[in-house]
Amino acid sequence: MIEPASVPPDTTAAAAAGEGDRPLLAIRRRQLRETAIEVAVTAVALTGIAAVVLIFVFVGREALPLFTSEEARQETDLARMFLAQTWREGRAATFTWQPVSDVPKYSMIPLFVGTLKVTFVAMAVAAPVGIAAAVFASEFAPRRLREVLKPTIELLAGIPSVVIGFFALLVMATFLQDTFGFSFRLNAVVAGVALALTVVPVIFTVSEDALTAVPRAYREASLALGATRWETAFRVVLPAAAPGVLAAVVLGFGRSIGETMIVLMASGNAAITSLSLGDSVRTLPATIAAEMGEVVFGGAHYSVLFFIGVELFLFTFVLNTLATTFVRRLVRRMSGTAA
Amino acid sequence: MKRFFLALAVTVLPALASAQAVTVKGSDTMVILSQRWAENYMKANPGKRVQVTGGGSGVGIAALINGTTDVANASRAMKEAEKARVRDRYNVLPTEIPVAKDGLAVYVNESNPIEQLTLDQLRKIYAGDVTNWKDVGGPDAKIVLYSRENSSGTYVFFKDNVLKGDDFAAAAQTLPGTAAVVNATAKEKFGIGYGGAAYAKGVKEVKLVGKDGQAYLPSAENVASGKYPLARDLFVYTRGKPSGEAKAFIEFCLSPEGQAVVTTVGYFPVK
Repeated sequence: MIEPASVPPDTTAAAAAGEGDRPLLAIRRRQLRETAIEVAVTAVALTGIAAVVLIFVFVGREALPLFTSEEARQETDLARMFLAQTWREGRAATFTWQPVSDVPKYSMIPLFVGTLKVTFVAMAVAAPVGIAAAVFASEFAPRRLREVLKPTIELLAGIPSVVIGFFALLVMATFLQDTFGFSFRLNAVVAGVALALTVVPVIFTVSEDALTAVPRAYREASLALGATRWETAFRVVLPAAAPGVLAAVVLGFGRSIGETMIVLMASGNAAITSLSLGDSVRTLPATIAAEMGEVVFGGAHYSVLFFIGVELFLFTFVLNTLATTFVRRLVRRMSGTAA
Repeated sequence: MKRFFLALAVTVLPALASAQAVTVKGSDTMVILSQRWAENYMKANPGKRVQVTGGGSGVGIAALINGTTDVANASRAMKEAEKARVRDRYNVLPTEIPVAKDGLAVYVNESNPIEQLTLDQLRKIYAGDVTNWKDVGGPDAKIVLYSRENSSGTYVFFKDNVLKGDDFAAAAQTLPGTAAVVNATAKEKFGIGYGGAAYAKGVKEVKLVGKDGQAYLPSAENVASGKYPLARDLFVYTRGKPSGEAKAFIEFCLSPEGQAVVTTVGYFPVK
């Protein structure tokens, strides 16, 4: 891309004066500068990847003593963390999380069940609302309304999660208890609905981008063939934007699994293993947040909390991989390139 | 350039000033009391600085062991294992100094007709053996349990003295501070919670049946005379004997003006 012809005229005069390699030096300098900038930008990009890898390595390293140190293995092991244990003679085996005790109990099952319950409620509320809002904004809203709607919903994303958690704790919990008659005031439904408030903007933004990216030709062809606007929106445009919409849902799911502050304040933090959504729940991230302050470095409890971090990593990673494979398969099926 | 140096000075100088501050971390029960002490101490001694944070007795004791605080507030006594950790790392034993007395109150909603409970009934309620208010003389409704996070000294004190080492029921919801427990119990018709007596606003305190068979409220005379069964000492801990700034602060807390602050906050003086 360096054209020798673009070398300024006085350089050629200097070349005539005896410095025959002047033009080559300028070219070499430009090449060096190009390479330097490339290296710098690559390094910065790699720093991002390096950060993720290093975080995973650090968390894994702090969780490792759970399996290698004798003291930690006496307190708990994988079997005791995932299978029901009998703690009181004559009683049924239970899944109990009670780490501060004469006999510490570290069952992961109530935490997993709690996390899944809250995420389920959050997605059940946020996905329909977010996708419907995106369909409305891209297909039906007049331009003026769309220009107001998009920033307003994105404003919801700007509210700090601690404020939403506080609002859920004081106001939403009482309202939901009066409407549904829960026996626990702070439960999975309250935390899930509050969580949905943070997930809706995520789903809305990405879905709306996916829907507007569908070519106009699809809509015009559908309407020309006699379909109504609703039929066009739900039978033609939404399926065409399906990969983007599914990616939005997966993003929302990842956000709701890791959200800590809202669940810490509004879910009641009781490690109950049950399928009822009206029961209090204790999630994985809230457990780490609540208990990290009081662990002594290097103890079994400390390693268990980092192990919970590893579990969250793996859970999100597996989920993302499954979702990406599913989306890819769906795209192949819908665009007719399936083998 | 001048603005750069000014900005640098503004950020660096406060760090130098706080090099002499006393850090106090720990009990959530004692955090308001500790903050009042710190304010009064700093007013009486300009130039001295005290930083107070809460988080729970467990957090304070862990910070003492990890070396991130000078003084730890605790609403429970340190366990032998914790004292051994301090000895292993610093070659001194922690010094325990009682600075106030507290009565651990049991709260119920103001609309609940229950007036008193025995310690045995309280134990059964929190262990999950009794789940309906009618079994202890109240209305026919499920009991909703509110507890503290396991970093709390109040949690450990309750577990040792009421549950006698048993586990809390899985259904006990854990809240981050005594104020949160009081707030939750005030809003929940069939709730029950526990915490320091000084926080009981908007809820009803339940009388507890003492060793002599009489029921007592956690008032000043009942706690001081020992008639109230859940009276406890509130402690501060230091690594080894207190020295320097920390010693001056603790002496202030134990002085007559410091103990007067204890009464205004709602706890009871150590003598």
